[in-house]
Order: sequence, then structure tokens, then C-alpha cells
Amino acid sequence: MIPLNWYLILAAVLFLVGVLGFFLKRNIIALLLSVEIMLNAVNLTFVAFSSQHAQIRGQIFVFFVLVVAAAEAAVGLALVIAMFRNRESLNVDRSNLLKW
Amino acid sequence: MIQILFFLFAALAVGAAINVLVQKHVLYSSLSLIVMLTSISALFVLLQAEFLAVINVIVYAGAIMVLFVFVIMLLNLPADPSDEKETDRLRWLKFIGIPLGIFLLLLVGATVWNVGSAANTTQMPGTAEAIGQSMFTEYLLPFELTSLLILIALMGAVVFAKKDL
Repeated sequence: MIPLNWYLILAAVLFLVGVLGFFLKRNIIALLLSVEIMLNAVNLTFVAFSSQHAQIRGQIFVFFVLVVAAAEAAVGLALVIAMFRNRESLNVDRSNLLKW
Repeated sequence: MIQILFFLFAALAVGAAINVLVQKHVLYSSLSLIVMLTSISALFVLLQAEFLAVINVIVYAGAIMVLFVFVIMLLNLPADPSDEKETDRLRWLKFIGIPLGIFLLLLVGATVWNVGSAANTTQMPGTAEAIGQSMFTEYLLPFELTSLLILIALMGAVVFAKKDL
């Protein structure tokens, strides 16, 4: 049997990779992909705890995270299309009109 | 045997996640993310969450990633190296951010290492029956509210992506 903390450490590593991607990449689609990595790391934590405590609730929560991820991807990609139409670029550093 | 499978899919997941960051073109990044999602699903199977493993492949790797790949191909992005060029401020921040991130990981790892590592003896397979039983009784209201969320996200996506509204 695999101990719980192996799963938790794996999830922490995946979350770190997602955070690094979010801060290092400049392409807005790469940022959305990094968010997906982070959401999956959290899902893995939920399922690991659910299996450890023999509770189904953690898996229900993963279901809702999945729904939110789908909504986020749909709205985010619509924003990407709108941004590309206006600026001809996906670099987040170039969309700085609201920056003071 | 299970340990071997765990390490195989864990290495695959971490490697694919790093490959998402390394790739220059986002199309290859998203294809690599599909590999990561599939190995996460395999880990779900090892945790006896079979229904979630199937749902993860169908919804995430099937629907969401297709949406990503579709948008990337629709925009027909040029592999422009000048877009990746970063300002001096960002390059400076990178050298602070990476050690801080690794420090955070070590902190989390040290904490997590002491979490009860007792092997779970109770078997609780996450079948569709068990999940459906809970979702349609105890979590019925949140389940219905997600339909509202999806509807609003759908309308928002149409509003944002439409050329002139």
C-alpha cells in the first residue's frame, strides 16, 4: 500500500510546477495551462485524503473542481480570443493599459 | 507492484508537467498536459477512485484540452521568439522566485512527511454508485447550482468571444 504522504508530496511538486509556470511564462495560454496543472494537483490531494479516510466527500469535491475548471477554461479561452483580436499578441506583458 | 505503478505514473506526471513549461509552442505544452492528466487518472485508479479516473479522462483530457487545442489552432499562433523576450525586472525576479518556490516545497514536504502514514485498511471504492448516492442526496443543491455556473460561463464565453455585440 502506498502511504498517504507520497501522494501529498507528489501533489505539492505538481502544484509547485504549476505556480512556477504561472509566474515564469508570458503567454496567456501557458498561464491557463499552469492553472490546470495546479487544479489537478489539488484534485490529487482531495482523492488521496478521500481514500485515506474512506470518505466519499473528497471525490464529490473533485467533481465540483472539475466543473469550475471547465467554466474557467471556457471563459478564459474566450478572453484569449478577444485579447488576440485586439492586440495580435498573447503576451501578458503587452496588455498593460490598466497598469499605472 | 503498486509501488512500481505509483512511481511510474508519478514520474510521468511530473515530467509531463515540467515539459509543459519547457516547450516553446503552447500546442506542444497542451499535448504534454494531456499526458499529465492521463497519468493523474491512473493515480486515481490506484486510489480506488475509478469513476473519477474515467471522468477525468473524459472531461479534462477529452473536452477541456480539446477546447484548448482548438483555440490554439484557431488563432494560428506564430512561434514568435520576441514575445518570449522578458524585461530585466522579470529576469531579476526569477532568481528570487525559484529558490523561494523550492523553499516552500521543502516546507510543505516536511509538514506532509509527518502526516499519518498508516496504510488505509478500509476499502471504499469510488464507484459511480457511491458517488451518485452522495451527490443526489447530500449534495443535491450544489450539484444543481453548478448547472447555473455552467450556464453563466457559457453566456460569458459567448459575450467575450463575439466580435461585435
